[in-house]
Amino acid sequence: MTATDENGVVPGGTGVPDGTPKQRTRLISGPGMLLLWLYGVMVVGAVSRSAVQISTEFDKAPLAYSLSAVAGVVYGFITYSLVRGGETARRAALVCCAAELAGVLIVGTWTLVEPSAFPDATVWSDYGMGYLFIPVLLPLSAMYWLRKARTTARPA
Amino acid sequence: MLDALTVATAVAALALAAWCGWAAYRDQPTKDWHFIGMAVVSLLALVQLVIGIVQLARGEKPEQGTTIFVAYLLGAFACIPAAGFMSLAERTRWGSVTVAAGGVVLAVLEVRLYDIWGG
Repeated sequence: MTATDENGVVPGGTGVPDGTPKQRTRLISGPGMLLLWLYGVMVVGAVSRSAVQISTEFDKAPLAYSLSAVAGVVYGFITYSLVRGGETARRAALVCCAAELAGVLIVGTWTLVEPSAFPDATVWSDYGMGYLFIPVLLPLSAMYWLRKARTTARPA
Repeated sequence: MLDALTVATAVAALALAAWCGWAAYRDQPTKDWHFIGMAVVSLLALVQLVIGIVQLARGEKPEQGTTIFVAYLLGAFACIPAAGFMSLAERTRWGSVTVAAGGVVLAVLEVRLYDIWGG
């Protein structure tokens, strides 16, 4: 049981992986585990939400529900990459996090500027306010974590 | 009945979150006592799941739809055990943070459940 010598408790903030390098870089040690949990929650939230809404009331707000589904797929891919680990997965996850952040910012702004395009909310509406702003905070902390994982994990 | 249980589960989830947050603050992994706490909260969520289904079987209708209600009940039940297993895999303070986050997520789910049922 190795303890990190950090004193911050900010999620995804100051943790240093004390990991034992295996063949693949572990991306879910330390703060990565918290990220994995939050991404898992967002996957379940976004996918089940869009599944229900698309199957029952798609005509009401097709754009909003499709965006929720896309968000769910992106979250799912990032979650898978975190579990899988390794350099390729790390890069792919980084790209997806950037896409996710762009999505949150664009859709968030869009919902504020033109609410009429969105009769119903998406996970990314108002920068994810309905989800405690997790959708906008998550990619930032994840990108920070994934960048850090590169600098600390040396190839074996 | 269901509303009281929803409130109780939400409060217990927040207490668990605070407890595990405290462990994380003290740089400790989750210990046996934490897992007992998680078991208690999970049990509350399980009872809630059963009672919710019984209410549905009796013909009562949730305000915002049966599908969403059942989905949230299942999510609320799975929430803490999932976080607990992840804290078993991560024996550092970050495992504790994960369970604390799980408690907060469950509390949010309970608030939504309250709305969905039509409290």
